[in-house]
Amino acid sequence: MNKKLLTWDFWTFVTVSSVVVFGLFLMYPLFSLFISSFLDPATGVFTMENFSKFFSRKYYYQSLINSMWVTTCVTILSIMIGTALAYLMTAFKVKGKGAVEVLVIISMLSPPFIGAYSWVLLGGRSGIMTQFLSDLFHMEWPSIYGFSGILLVLTLKLYPFIYLYVSGALKKIDASLIEAAESLGCSGIKKIVTVIMPLVMPTLLAGALMVFMNALADFGTPMLIGEGFNVMPVMIYSEFINEVGGQANFAAAMATLMVILTTTIFLLQKYVVNRKSFTMSSLRPMQAKGLSGLKNAVMHIAIYGLVLVSVIPQVTVIYTSFLKTKGQIFVSGFSMDSYRIVFDNLALAITNTYVYSFVAILLIVFFGMLVAYITTRRKSWLTDIIDTLTMFPYIIPGSVLGITLLLAFNEDPLILSGTATIIIVSLVIRRLPYTLRSSSAILYQISPSVEEASISLGASPLKTFFKITAVMMIPGVLSGAILSWITCINELSSSVILYTGGTKTMSVAIYTEVIRASYGTAAALSTILTLTTVIGLLLFFKVSGSKDISL
Amino acid sequence: MSVAIHIDHVIKRYDQVTIIPNLSAHIKNGEFFTLLGPSGCGKTTLLRMIAGFNSIEGGEIKFDDLVINEIPTHKRNIGMVFQSYAIFPHLTVRENIEYGLKLRRFDKAEIKTKVDAILKAVKIEEYQDRLPERLSGGQQQRVALARAIVIHPNVLLMDEPLSNLDAKLRVEMRSAIREVQNQVGITTVYVTHDQEEALAISDRIAVMQTGVIEQIGKPQSIYTRPYNVFVSTFIGHSNLFVGKIKVEDHKTFVLFQDGYQLKMDNLSSVTDGQEIIISVRPEEFSVQEDGIECTIHNRVFLGKYVNYTLAFASGMVMKNQSATEFSQDLGHAEKVFEIGETIILRPNKAKINIFTADQRVNLIRDVKQYE
Repeated sequence: MNKKLLTWDFWTFVTVSSVVVFGLFLMYPLFSLFISSFLDPATGVFTMENFSKFFSRKYYYQSLINSMWVTTCVTILSIMIGTALAYLMTAFKVKGKGAVEVLVIISMLSPPFIGAYSWVLLGGRSGIMTQFLSDLFHMEWPSIYGFSGILLVLTLKLYPFIYLYVSGALKKIDASLIEAAESLGCSGIKKIVTVIMPLVMPTLLAGALMVFMNALADFGTPMLIGEGFNVMPVMIYSEFINEVGGQANFAAAMATLMVILTTTIFLLQKYVVNRKSFTMSSLRPMQAKGLSGLKNAVMHIAIYGLVLVSVIPQVTVIYTSFLKTKGQIFVSGFSMDSYRIVFDNLALAITNTYVYSFVAILLIVFFGMLVAYITTRRKSWLTDIIDTLTMFPYIIPGSVLGITLLLAFNEDPLILSGTATIIIVSLVIRRLPYTLRSSSAILYQISPSVEEASISLGASPLKTFFKITAVMMIPGVLSGAILSWITCINELSSSVILYTGGTKTMSVAIYTEVIRASYGTAAALSTILTLTTVIGLLLFFKVSGSKDISL
Repeated sequence: MSVAIHIDHVIKRYDQVTIIPNLSAHIKNGEFFTLLGPSGCGKTTLLRMIAGFNSIEGGEIKFDDLVINEIPTHKRNIGMVFQSYAIFPHLTVRENIEYGLKLRRFDKAEIKTKVDAILKAVKIEEYQDRLPERLSGGQQQRVALARAIVIHPNVLLMDEPLSNLDAKLRVEMRSAIREVQNQVGITTVYVTHDQEEALAISDRIAVMQTGVIEQIGKPQSIYTRPYNVFVSTFIGHSNLFVGKIKVEDHKTFVLFQDGYQLKMDNLSSVTDGQEIIISVRPEEFSVQEDGIECTIHNRVFLGKYVNYTLAFASGMVMKNQSATEFSQDLGHAEKVFEIGETIILRPNKAKINIFTADQRVNLIRDVKQYE
């Protein structure tokens, strides 16, 4: 018998309670969902009816095809744009590189549905650009709704992931590798294809998975501009909300299909990456070279153009938030009306957002550090289980998690639906794995003998954790936590399912305001959200002392 | 207060694998005791059992009369110095050294006196307010030593403390450690795989192999009178020859394969015709008229010495040796030999060691396994 498992110390307590927490808030809801998807809504007996209904009607299964199609396109386009930008920014001297990077990161961190609705403001049926073009040139602006709109908005939001991942990998390529290739007679495009691409491939695949999962799970964008183009998250949401009398079995079946899909993709990616994984450390990173003449001009125009298009939504939103409104219609002139309305009617949403996200982030940091400790330093079969459990949130789309939580905690003995707790739980479950991974990575960097030194000097293991280990971990964990906090305040897909009047958050409020066509108040709220994001980002740069972002 | 350490029949097991089958050793109060052995011999495992980082599966370890098997590390009052120094990176040098004292709730004035004294003893006063990352390896190890000693531990445990330092610094730190240990007079258990370090620093050395102590002795005894073939080849170099005992008229001889014989006066009980292994260190040969014949295979000039690799007639030497060597002291050499030259070497019979054919026991009189 393993002696460590039998002694009931603090870490055993942590191990057991994390199994309980993950079991209760992740596995139990997930299994409730699976079971519920096999039940007949009326009689409650076992049936495959829900699944056969999905695959027999084009209206339903078309959404799966649509989801896959748009997600694949977004991923491919993001890879092309993100990789190209990363290569150009690393290999060549770009003026205003720092500013470009910050703007790219901001466009990544702000919620995609803000992008969606500002593109509506710009290029929608009565959008600024649409009217401008038709008034002056009698030209027709291409439709912003449906497939192309989703593709545009999601690509602009998600290519930064690829950019960050790939430029991180490019920084790790030692210049001597490139020089070796050149000395062997390899240059130009051939050098990129045969040396650089294979070296960044594992990282690129990891980034591609992030993009794929995000695009597949995104709810806000297709909801706002999808119109006839139905995708899975929207379909699940509307079926779930429309069901009368709590018969959510059909929605559960669709959610189950979605989890199966994401799991497959996740495992596939793991399989491919594991086969070609290697580590690189660079003593001498690539030096950026200066380009000249036409090439230089074209490169700068392309990069600046891309960044401009990426931040247009933010600029539009901030601009519209100061427009004078009359009811829901914009009139000429500027005013603070929208903000006044927001603070009068939606102040609760703002407070909620900050309170929930702060509570969530405190819990995430606290649990993240403790659980990371047991999975790296107190390994046992139990911690292996925890390690596996914490992978699940990566593959469960936000709206699916929302539904599982609602289904599981809607009746006795544990009624959480409609409470702030359930929203905080969903935030914690979704973001904890990220903090956990980064905490573990930090822990692996800390030599166990530092802890042993403290113990040998007379500090108990628990005291050592709080006085030495935790103190050494905090800087790294904190900077990751700030990024998690930014994603928490921008979270929509699960809170839109979990919220009730009193637990509305800013992103939910923006969503409902846009649906009600009160663009002014939505813009004001978005501006507050964007501003908070930017402040959070600046804080991150300050705390971490670098611009390396990993999500 | 410093204590004696009694290790009685301890066993270390990981799942089904036994690392230390049954080990006993007694370390005297105030002694500098070194565990020496190749990597994987269990020396660090044993040290960590004394520290309490490894559990003890059988037998007991006592500090004086107190059995410590079940006492957790932080209550054993030990000082430990690690291979990786393990300095707390977020604390200054002074704060690092204060750490153990604060846990023992000394008052401020007393902490200051103690820390000032130890800073002086290990010669790092001028760095006391620096963060450790701005210190060199040697300075960091001084901090680690000060931090371990300042709490007046029962025992000082050191796990390969010098192996991350460069050669010159290693020699310098070696004497610093010994000096501080002498001043404080604290029982010290020191782990190393570097035999030169062990010989230079220790009161006594335990040579370990696969979880077993092969010999415990003073550095000089270990080198000159190794208890078995493992010790004789692990500590320094030994040339091993196949040989036999010849007893004639109450006189005892050792007989080499080529018929050359040496009259021995210091053997314990042996029988005529007994097969033996003759162990000769490279410096125990001298060039003479009579002796064993060999050819010079290779030559390396080392300043004070010339080291020759030798080739003997087949069957003379034990198989599976790394090389047979002769080192010629240039202070007394008459001539330096060329590669391919044939010479005659006579082993110094007062110095050589004779082992049983199974390699396990030294046949020289009064050689003790545990000294």
